[in-house]
Parts: sequence; structure tokens; C-alpha cells
Amino acid sequence: MPPSHDERLHTTSPVYRLLARPELGAVGGVIIVWLFFAIVAGSQGFLTLRGMATYLEVSAELGILAIAVALLMIGGEFDLSVGSIIGASGMLLTILSVEYAWSLWAALLAVVLFAVSAGLFNGYLVIKTRLPSFIVTLATLFVFRGLTIGVTRLLTGRTQLGGLREAAGYDIVKLIFAGEIPVAGVDFPVSIVWWLLLAAAATWILLRTPFGNWIFGTGGDAQAARSVGVPTGRVKITLFVGTALAAAFVGIMQAVSFSGADVLRGELREFYAIIVVVIGGTLLTGGYGSAIGAVFGALIFGMVRQGIVFTGVDADWFQVFLGGMLLLAVLVNHYVRQRALRL
Amino acid sequence: MNETLQAPLIDVRALGKTFGSVIALQDISMRVSRGEVMALLGDNGAGKSTLIKCLSGVYTPDRGQIFIDGHPVNFANPREAMAHGIATVYQDLAMIPLMSVARNFFLGAEPTTGWGPFRRFDQQEADRVARAELARMGIDIRATTQAVGTLSGGERQSLAIARAVHFGARLLILDEPTSALGVKEVAIVLRYIESARDRGVGVIFITHNVRHAYPISNAFTILNRGRCYGTFQKEDVTRDEVTEMMAGNSPPARVTQALE
Repeated sequence: MPPSHDERLHTTSPVYRLLARPELGAVGGVIIVWLFFAIVAGSQGFLTLRGMATYLEVSAELGILAIAVALLMIGGEFDLSVGSIIGASGMLLTILSVEYAWSLWAALLAVVLFAVSAGLFNGYLVIKTRLPSFIVTLATLFVFRGLTIGVTRLLTGRTQLGGLREAAGYDIVKLIFAGEIPVAGVDFPVSIVWWLLLAAAATWILLRTPFGNWIFGTGGDAQAARSVGVPTGRVKITLFVGTALAAAFVGIMQAVSFSGADVLRGELREFYAIIVVVIGGTLLTGGYGSAIGAVFGALIFGMVRQGIVFTGVDADWFQVFLGGMLLLAVLVNHYVRQRALRL
Repeated sequence: MNETLQAPLIDVRALGKTFGSVIALQDISMRVSRGEVMALLGDNGAGKSTLIKCLSGVYTPDRGQIFIDGHPVNFANPREAMAHGIATVYQDLAMIPLMSVARNFFLGAEPTTGWGPFRRFDQQEADRVARAELARMGIDIRATTQAVGTLSGGERQSLAIARAVHFGARLLILDEPTSALGVKEVAIVLRYIESARDRGVGVIFITHNVRHAYPISNAFTILNRGRCYGTFQKEDVTRDEVTEMMAGNSPPARVTQALE
């Protein structure tokens, strides 16, 4: 029961409390970006339901990855290897089903096992060596990518593989991972639903479970958290498994929807995910941030990437925009965090 | 007080710790009873930190024995010391600046409500208990949702003490709790140490500042270069004599006699 009145609480107006939320900057960004493309590309289809479906598809695919990366970053670590885990997962699924005629379900199970092992490997390596995860996962990024290319060429002689739609169980698997939901005559990819469900689950974990409290504590000050009994190593390893599983999910979605895989799938996704998470207000140093912020960050990413296409401007300019957004986001977030500490 | 009838809370006998060829502690003996504040004094390098790390399970002493409630104990790690009711509040406070007061208070021991997949962090309970415990220690917090980083150093130290007491600390080891604080803040923290003491908690107050320790301590143990000068009851020594001994001078003859 809160006390009826405390004279020192007078400054905490709703506006200020809103300012202390990590995702505030990203929400503002979404509004600005949407308005910008609504004005510039509104007549070219950005405002239509079909336009919405295109950018939401891009947002959802990156967003699923970004939510897991956000949790890990709040826990104080990076995972750069997710990009190559996407490629490895899609390729593993396709090789097992197409070259070795496994049922798609068995192949899916194998991919999940692979992702869990990759996450455990990253996590244990970071915890045991005490090296910065940025370097450790930068190394595994190349190791996983190299293994994917090498093994795929060794087994099949190629770097691209198709024919997944002939695999046993493809119809149901496609419904789950790459299905479409018609809304007013426009097909929305089912990935959007997965994205929002994952965001809800991640938010629940962060804010409503003891484990969420441990994530914040581990990222905020691992030594202090350990001294009060938080198993910080286990927390981090769990989060690494989470990012690997999210990457595998994206790899599976891509392979199923394209009916095949390419060893280079997922390139640069590790950086896009971090950018989106930072735009969403999560602190690079850990201990502060939100899954909702990552959702809005991914929304901005999707809107900009597809919005540029709608304007007819050369998509080459996308990266300039993305880099600029990142810089702006870091500045805004710095200001927001100062606010949070002052209130 | 019927201290003679019951064993002291903690009784340290002839403790020794060596690191390679360096004798960090030699023949340290002291005891602390319930509701007593014992100041552990010594200059830098006197062995204060090594001693508290032995008491809190971070180091294993090479010689001597620690008794809790008269029973010999050996701690393999800090968790075992905690299980015996020994809570150590370190200088760096073990607080996460960007987390709220209530979340910090329960970090690692979160109250939950609901069951199965809906078992969740009980925010209301956390807020209520944190507020009540702080009030009980005489700390008036503005809002339990505010980040710990917004609190002053003294408030943070007090919060750490309140947390330790709430989670059942019987012996509170405070490592330089006043060293980084301003004058007003020191007064606040000293008051909380007194209030913990009045609740029957034994306190070991590590400091090199006699002015802070003298008013609230019942006894003084003085370390110098890894050795113990002995424990002095407050009525037997003046503040200046304590300071003298910290600086390495022998105890005054009057005090030595009082010990016998």
C-alpha cells in the first residue's frame, strides 16, 4: 500500500516517468519514421495494408532475433555469432531433409539441438575464459560460418541447396514457420505473430520473474549480483542459448519459406540485431533495457528498409540511414538514462 | 546482560593466515556478542581485510579456529558463512545502480506469487517489505521504484545493512561503511548500525577512523601489521589511546593492567 502522500514525490509527473522508460526514444523514432514515409511515400503504397505487411515481415524476422539479443545485452554480453547460426541452421535443415531424406520434423529437432549446443559453447567459452563476449563470439561467428561453407561443399559440392518442399512434413512445417494469415485480403506472414508472442514472453520474463531480476542484476554488476547469490554464469549461458535458438528459428523460417538454404544466409544480421536493440534503448554496457524497445527498434528497421523501396530512392542509401539512426539513438538513450538516474 | 551464561556469537581463537612467505595474520583472537558493536581498527595493511575475508568464508584460515555460538565452524565459501548468519557488507555495497530499490533489496531472493508457469516476481510484496524494513531501520525512502543510483552513498550503505538484517544476519560485518561518506551521511549510517545493534545483531565495524567508531562501539580490537593488540572494552580506553595503539604504540600500562 503506497503512502497517501509524500511531499518529496511531487516531481514524478507521468511525463517524467515516461522519460525514464528505456523504449521512449524508439517509440518517438517509430512515429517520426512513419510520418516521414507517410508523407514521402504515402502515395506509392506505404500506407496500404500491403505496404504494412511488407515492412512488418522484415521487422518480424529481425525482431525475433533482436528480442533474444536484447535479453543477452541486458545481461551484459554480446552474441555476434547469431548471423552465422542463421546460415548454419537453415543449411543443416536442408541438408538433412534433402540430401539425407530425413523427415522435416527430425531435421528440425537436429537444428534445435545444434542451436542449443552452439549457445552452450558460446556461453561456456565466455564464462570460462572470462574474455569479452564481443571477441569470443566474433571468433565463433567466423568459425560457424566457415564450418557451414566447408561442410556443405564437402557433402554436396555446392553452397546453395533447394528442394526442401519435397521433404516429408513440409506442408505443416510451412504453416507453422512460413504460413500466411489473410487480413482484409492481404496475406500477413505468420512470423509477425511469433515476433509479438516472443516479445510478450520476453517482457514477462524480464519484468515479472525472478530470472528477469537476475538478468538485470547480472548485467548491472555481475560481482554484486553474485555476492547476493545470483548464479550469474548460469544466467548468461541461458541467455546465449536463447540467442542461438532465436537465430535457429530465423534460419528455419528462411529455409522453409525459400524451400532451401544458402550458406551465406544471415550475414550482417548480428550487427543489425545489435543496432535495433540499441535503438530500442538497451544499454551497450548491460543492466538496462527492454524487449519492447527491441520490438520498436525492429519496427523502425523494417519501415526504413521497405519505406526506401516505396520512395523509389536507390536502396543503397539504407545503410547511411541506419548508421545515422544508430548514432542518434545512442545520444537520445544517453539522455534518457541520465534522466532515469536523476528521478 | 547474561553474557557469561551463553557463548559469544562469534569467537575467534588464534587465527592465522599466510600468503606464501607473507604472514598476513598471526594469532588473532576476538569475540563479539549479540547486540554488541566491535570496532576492528587498524591502519592500511594491518590485516583488516584479510581477517574479515576469513570470517566471511572468502579465505580459509591456515591456523586457529572460529566458533559460532560455541560450535567450531569452517567455511568453504561465503554461502556457508551466510548460512550461519554472517553477512558482510562490502565497501562497494553490492548494489546495482540502475535497478530499483525494491528489486535490489530482493535480488537473489525474490518473493514470488502464483504457481506453475504463472509464478511471478511479487512486485507488491517486494515494495511493501522493502519499505517496511527500511522504515524499521529508520530509513525513509521516497519511492521503492527509484533507481539505487539516485540514492546517496549513506542511503545505499543503509539499504545494504537493512537488506542483510532482513535476510537474517546475526553478525554483520561492515567493511569501511563510512569511509567514502560526508559528515551528515556518516551520522546516518552510524545511526543504522546502532539500530541493527539494538535489534540484537552483533556488528563488526571495520574502519581506520576512530572518530567514527568510538561513539557507537562497545569494544575495540586493534590490528597492527597482522597482529592483534587485543580487545579493549570501551570503559577501559579513551579515544586518544585507541588512536595511539592504531599508530603502532604499545597499549598504555593502565590499559594492559585492566586486561589482566
